[in-house]
Amino acid sequence: MRTLLELDDLEARYGPVQALRGVSLTVGEGEVVAVLGANGAGKTTTLRAISGTVTRSGTVELDGKQLRGGPEAAARAGIAHVPEGRGTFVELTVTENLRLGAYTRRDRKVKEDIARVTEYFPWMTERGGQRAGTLSGGEQQMLALARALMSRPRLLLLDEPSLGLAPLIVREFFRIVRELNENEGLTVLVVEQDARIALQSSARAYVLEVGRVALTGRSDKLQDDESIRRSYLGY
Amino acid sequence: MVIAAFADFMQQIVSGIASGGVYAALALALVIIHRSTGVINFSQGEMATLCTYIAWTLTVNHGWDYWPAFVATLGFSFVFGVATHRVVIRPVERGDLLRVVIVTIGLLIAINGFVVWQWSGEPQALQSPFGSDTFDVGGVIVSVQDIGTIVVTIGIVILLWLLFQFTKVGLALRAAAVNPTEARLVGVRVTWMLALGWGLAAVLGAVAGMLTAPSVGLDPQMMQPILIYAFAAAVLGGIDSPLGAVVGGLALGVMLNLIGVYVDFVGAELKLPVALLVILVVLVVRPSGLLGRPEVKRV
Repeated sequence: MRTLLELDDLEARYGPVQALRGVSLTVGEGEVVAVLGANGAGKTTTLRAISGTVTRSGTVELDGKQLRGGPEAAARAGIAHVPEGRGTFVELTVTENLRLGAYTRRDRKVKEDIARVTEYFPWMTERGGQRAGTLSGGEQQMLALARALMSRPRLLLLDEPSLGLAPLIVREFFRIVRELNENEGLTVLVVEQDARIALQSSARAYVLEVGRVALTGRSDKLQDDESIRRSYLGY
Repeated sequence: MVIAAFADFMQQIVSGIASGGVYAALALALVIIHRSTGVINFSQGEMATLCTYIAWTLTVNHGWDYWPAFVATLGFSFVFGVATHRVVIRPVERGDLLRVVIVTIGLLIAINGFVVWQWSGEPQALQSPFGSDTFDVGGVIVSVQDIGTIVVTIGIVILLWLLFQFTKVGLALRAAAVNPTEARLVGVRVTWMLALGWGLAAVLGAVAGMLTAPSVGLDPQMMQPILIYAFAAAVLGGIDSPLGAVVGGLALGVMLNLIGVYVDFVGAELKLPVALLVILVVLVVRPSGLLGRPEVKRV
């Protein structure tokens, strides 16, 4: 498998607090990789460092090319980052959110793509004019995913998609992510608090502890290892 | 007698709408900047005055026809607005909003000083593109100047609305205003969008200035009362609502005109205090304005 994303010795800090202390990881093309760990382990910061939302040191390479600059540059390089807590523009409509997802694209196939993407979310077609802020939490999370897909990303970053959602909706969300991975070869790096669903949905996983990679392996192996589950994943 | 009184009343309404259109344009400029930068641009009026002097220089000193000068002035004002954001506002934008407010007040003084230095404080006459003709609609005497003012402001407002609603850059402008962090994640260059907003606001101000100058005379202080009316219009309509700015501007124009004519003790001199009273009453009774949404802060 070709390596799409490679992080080498990534560090990041918020003021005096060092959140990442040298994280190295890889994501292969077409792979779904999970990042797990307790609160404050550096999961969200890892994604923010990749998209340039926080200042970082160390290297981030996408397809062999080193990324520089902030989130605008990352978006142009093909990274779609769905941040924690519903990445939608609540004051804009569903359709406007989707159009914004395609902002970095220069081609004129945005309308066709809205039709293609909303096949995964049939309810969106009839509610295109509705303001995103009036959607339910689950619908907003789906919209954030749909908007990310509109950029035709090379790499999708998902930050805690399960946060605050009912278990049924979380399962539906991850089902769609798996489907996108299988049908369209979408590459995903997902950060999750809910280790169980993340391991079920990914091929490999990294476990972070205080800003470092504590453990890595195939998701099915991690799932089966009871001592690992107990000491790192808490279920 | 009754008919004459009614015709007079209608006349006041029409000229109220015309001056209200000018307030609406400047109020819209304030709203655009407030939505994206989060501050009131106190130099909005002086920026408009400067742009109007450019139009005056082009027509009087360089012999341009009115409309080419009008368009060139809009072009100048756009570049001027963008440059003001890039050079003066952007360096202080991070952190306390009060710093930006103080910088816009500084700009007010600096631009006013520049205008006086460059063009002297003497009042000048900017020609009206609409002439001073009037016509009679069923007893109501309407001036072409008023109708022209109404048509131009409505035209500009509609163009802006189309830009914001139906173009990619308009969508990006709105996205950058409501949620800059998120906008950057989808690839919007937010700082440029803010600069673009300043450019559009300056264009609106230039329109307001060029429409004001023929009737009140062009001088360095020309836009200062208009800015107060624009504040009142923006507050009345809702400081974050573009539609509110337009409605507020028109309503205020009509209201002030009627009060000035029919309430004896107010007259023309007390219009400004009435506008301030409007600001005060709205802020106390309905701080979000007629069309604004009450601000809900998530904690």
